[in-house]
Amino acid sequence: MKDPVIEVRDFRKTYGDFVAVDGISFEVQRGEIFGLLGPNGAGKTSTLESLEGLRAPDGGLLQVMGVNPARQSRKLRNVIGVQLQSSGLPDSIRVDEAMKFFSAYHGVAPRYDLLDRLGLAEKRSAQYHQLSTGLQRRLALALAVAHDPPVLFLDEPTAGLDVASRVEMHNLMRELQAAGTTIILATHDMAEAEEMSDRVAILLRGKIAASGTPLELTATGAGLTKVSVRTKGSSLSAPGVTFPAVSQQGFKDEYAIYFSTDIGPTVSAIIAHVEAQEDTLIDLRVERPSLEDRFLEITRTEGTNTGGAQ
Amino acid sequence: MSAFVNHFSFEFRTGIRNKTLLLMNYLFPLGFYAMMGLVMAEINPDFVETMIPAMVVFAILAATMLGLPDPLVTAREAGIFRSYKINGVPAFSILVIPALTTILHMVVVAIIITSTAPLLFDAPWPVNWPGFVVTFLAMAFACAGLGVLIGVISPSSRMTVLWSQLIFLPSMMLGGMMLPYSLLPETVRKIAQLLPTTQAMNAFRGLAQGLTADFDPVGSLIVLLASGVVAFGLAIYLFNWDRRNSTQRGHPLLALLALLPYAVGVLLLS
Repeated sequence: MKDPVIEVRDFRKTYGDFVAVDGISFEVQRGEIFGLLGPNGAGKTSTLESLEGLRAPDGGLLQVMGVNPARQSRKLRNVIGVQLQSSGLPDSIRVDEAMKFFSAYHGVAPRYDLLDRLGLAEKRSAQYHQLSTGLQRRLALALAVAHDPPVLFLDEPTAGLDVASRVEMHNLMRELQAAGTTIILATHDMAEAEEMSDRVAILLRGKIAASGTPLELTATGAGLTKVSVRTKGSSLSAPGVTFPAVSQQGFKDEYAIYFSTDIGPTVSAIIAHVEAQEDTLIDLRVERPSLEDRFLEITRTEGTNTGGAQ
Repeated sequence: MSAFVNHFSFEFRTGIRNKTLLLMNYLFPLGFYAMMGLVMAEINPDFVETMIPAMVVFAILAATMLGLPDPLVTAREAGIFRSYKINGVPAFSILVIPALTTILHMVVVAIIITSTAPLLFDAPWPVNWPGFVVTFLAMAFACAGLGVLIGVISPSSRMTVLWSQLIFLPSMMLGGMMLPYSLLPETVRKIAQLLPTTQAMNAFRGLAQGLTADFDPVGSLIVLLASGVVAFGLAIYLFNWDRRNSTQRGHPLLALLALLPYAVGVLLLS
């Protein structure tokens, strides 16, 4: 059953003559991680900041948990948590002070356990400017979830983080999701969006160019599936060897590489050919197009259709 | 209430923790006080007569004009106010709490100056302590209002310095701290009356130090209080959470209205 927590209908945002967001509509369901993707200037920030109550829309309807962000800021602050891309904290504030400060304004007890959980236990007395970028982002996340908001906006949450911190951040996001938190994830990291998001929307020039689950998006593209094959002998390197549905092929690091528009017949034919030549298969890898491939395809196509870059 | 107290406590500690604010709140005023006590008392013995109010007024001026505005500008430009807005920190707290903590720092500095000047430099204590306290608070309120207003209207740190110096430098030269108002040429006196320091020094002379005021000292108090009210009101009205996103509610030049009480004072006080 659908239970939309965020509703965006014909949302429009302009700055003078410039149309940043041009009548987009989407819904985010309770407990969903929704990825908002797009190149710089696509309208992501305008959309996010309007949902966060930082900007007033010029048209359409925005609702977060039934709250109008532009008109009900007092109610809104209790239902959303926001990890801003920029710091949002004074340089001289200490980590534990920041937790106490924001918790007090939300009327909740400080969640020092979150600082420990996010690896800030030893930095509780450090001032904000003394923290590394990664620690600053972790603190921002801890502050965003300290009042247990049902909706969480994350803007580039893992930018500047090392691998371990990134994994920890993703684990925390999954835990929050499991606890029923709805997460809006704005990111340039396509691997992160593909891994974490239940659904994504790709914004381009203020419009939604594509939306759906990462699997749906990657499946609907004209992207080619990459097949890499390594054999003991040289059955694949003989001149004139080709296979059904292969549009491009080549060799790299002892692998024969094929780009297929229809993976089933291609792989079957390769295996049959290797066996027929009495060769031995050492390795065969099939890599479907990633969300990043699909994203690049969409942005290139739209760029071509509208006459080039912005 | 606990949020307000928490915010106040953090801002007060920032006034000591932040090196620039520590300089403007304590080191600069107290260093200047020590230097003036050693040098001016030798050059101009009459200076000692008003040394305590003059140094207290200087401390207020330094903290509010040179220390208070820039953190507001940098916080807005760094997106800190956006974060505050999302988390429910009211604009009133953002503007009033730094002003209050600055005034509290000035109380500490005023106590240091008032308690040591008689011992170190033979400066006379105020003869009317309630008058001294009321004038101190009126001056601090007026200057804090102007400082906050400058922080609200300045688009950058560079412009903050310019606006602040437009008040700070004339105040130093004409405000009655170094050179008595009575020694100024008649036309310059009228300009001097547009400055909060002139009004404060006049009120201190008449209401706290037992000296002859140059013009109505109660009128000076009223001018300072009125200016403070207008300045804080304008600061709240013109406040922007984020200069990039917000629609300006009024032109920054509206801030000049904060000087209106001084202009009225020029016409009415004699």
